[in-house]
Amino acid sequence: MASTETAIEVSDLRKSYGDLEAVRGIEFRVQRGEIYGLLGPNGAGKTSTVEILEGYRQRTSGTVSVLGFDPNQRPRELRARVGIVLQSSGIYSHVKVAEVLAHFAQFYPHPRDVDEVIQLTGLAEKRDERARHLSGGQRRRLDLALALIGDPELIFLDEPTTGFDPAARRSAWQTIRSLRDLGKTVLLTTHYLDEAQELADRVAIIKGGRILAEGSPAELGVGGGSRYRVAYANGDGEAVAVETDDPTTLLHELTGAALARGEELRSLSVTRPSLEDVYLELTADA
Amino acid sequence: MPSTVGLLWRQYRLERHLFWRNPSAAFFNFLLPLIFLALFGAIVYHHQSELDVIVPGIAGMSVMSTTFTALAYNLTFLREQGVLKRIRGTPLPSGVYLGGLALNAVTNTAIQIAIVVGAGRLIFNLGWPPQPITLVVFVLAGVASFALLGVALSHAIPNFESAPAVINGVFVPVILVSGVFFDVKHVPGFLRDIAQALPLEPLINGLTGGLVAARGDLSHHLTALAVIGVWGLVGVVLAIRGFSWEAHRN
Repeated sequence: MASTETAIEVSDLRKSYGDLEAVRGIEFRVQRGEIYGLLGPNGAGKTSTVEILEGYRQRTSGTVSVLGFDPNQRPRELRARVGIVLQSSGIYSHVKVAEVLAHFAQFYPHPRDVDEVIQLTGLAEKRDERARHLSGGQRRRLDLALALIGDPELIFLDEPTTGFDPAARRSAWQTIRSLRDLGKTVLLTTHYLDEAQELADRVAIIKGGRILAEGSPAELGVGGGSRYRVAYANGDGEAVAVETDDPTTLLHELTGAALARGEELRSLSVTRPSLEDVYLELTADA
Repeated sequence: MPSTVGLLWRQYRLERHLFWRNPSAAFFNFLLPLIFLALFGAIVYHHQSELDVIVPGIAGMSVMSTTFTALAYNLTFLREQGVLKRIRGTPLPSGVYLGGLALNAVTNTAIQIAIVVGAGRLIFNLGWPPQPITLVVFVLAGVASFALLGVALSHAIPNFESAPAVINGVFVPVILVSGVFFDVKHVPGFLRDIAQALPLEPLINGLTGGLVAARGDLSHHLTALAVIGVWGLVGVVLAIRGFSWEAHRN
């Protein structure tokens, strides 16, 4: 069914909890080697969708293929080929970092080297520390390390940097980018726009259990066309913003007029609508 | 990648390492039956007939605390912390993981029974168990039954904070009515009927046969064994039904 180039294929996926329909007909396809982002507010259906793909939840209807398997059956071979970073998951308090990685490595047919994974996730200094002594960010890195120890082809990251300070986020992003360099496929859920923009090759914006828009961050950012937003402060100091397909001509006119009046064109900026603008527009409660 | 048996062994070994890595927990785990033995032994030291009640009673309590109490508590912790969910996402077979937890608990049972039997012999002149087969059969039956009931109880515990209250709310009344500290003969009739329908009194009944001379061989304790068996069956059904790998949500 799924070609070897497709890592995940989802069509008309639905999930209900009693009367609540959390996922309402989602379709998407993730190519191998791609970082695909599911972006949306809390309660949008992201985690339900991902947990169906991970085999934690049974779908109500629709078809799902993960590396060619149906995750409903939770086949062991599939579990050996994916790595999962859950939104929150605990670990034994008294287990040491290298010890738990070496232990988990035994579950997999072709595990990665423990010290290599410790290096990759920046835990070298905490190698022999007990899990209970790790900070929140270090625990999150241990989560990632445990997901990578089996050398998975496909990695699920459910809000991997929530609660990180800016420096820790940057370094986590670097690690996630390095996964793409290794040819891994990543399904990332996040409610951080900058995270989706930084990391994802393609993004689906999801709300109310539906995908509202899908595309690369750049495509989504320009809304399918090539619109630019030119903003400046006029002579009275009021902020003015104009959207245009032809910023060159508009800027020429604006700057020409300002020069003719002998005024400065203060606070001038030319931007493309960011993913954030698109996101806020799409997810605004009408 | 190790075989299933190899994985079970490694999971078990990790559980043992981690058990000992929290020395205060391990120490008090094994100290508690000794404290009870010392205290009640001191109280009834000159009455061999009462010592004959106390030692099997404490042995029965040890079986219950190392399996029922420990598993209900640990499983609630592992479930609420998300450890079970994490394990569920790996290729480790679920049965291997749960088997490791169970073997860990059973090891503690074996150590505690050895401590109680040793203390009974050294301090209270009980001698070596006169009916070792009866002893082993009842310990095994008790372990299986109480372990399953402990797993089942964990399903009823809504969150980790309430685990001690719920577990003690079951454990303490059961050890009090089941004759851990006194002969169940001295208990009012209706309480005795309740105790005999619960699994701990029959377990102590059988352990008495195993540990105390002249209380009869296995054939004298078959009714008790049957009661434990019925509770084991109830435990199987309840342990499987309602098992959750994920934290309970409100």
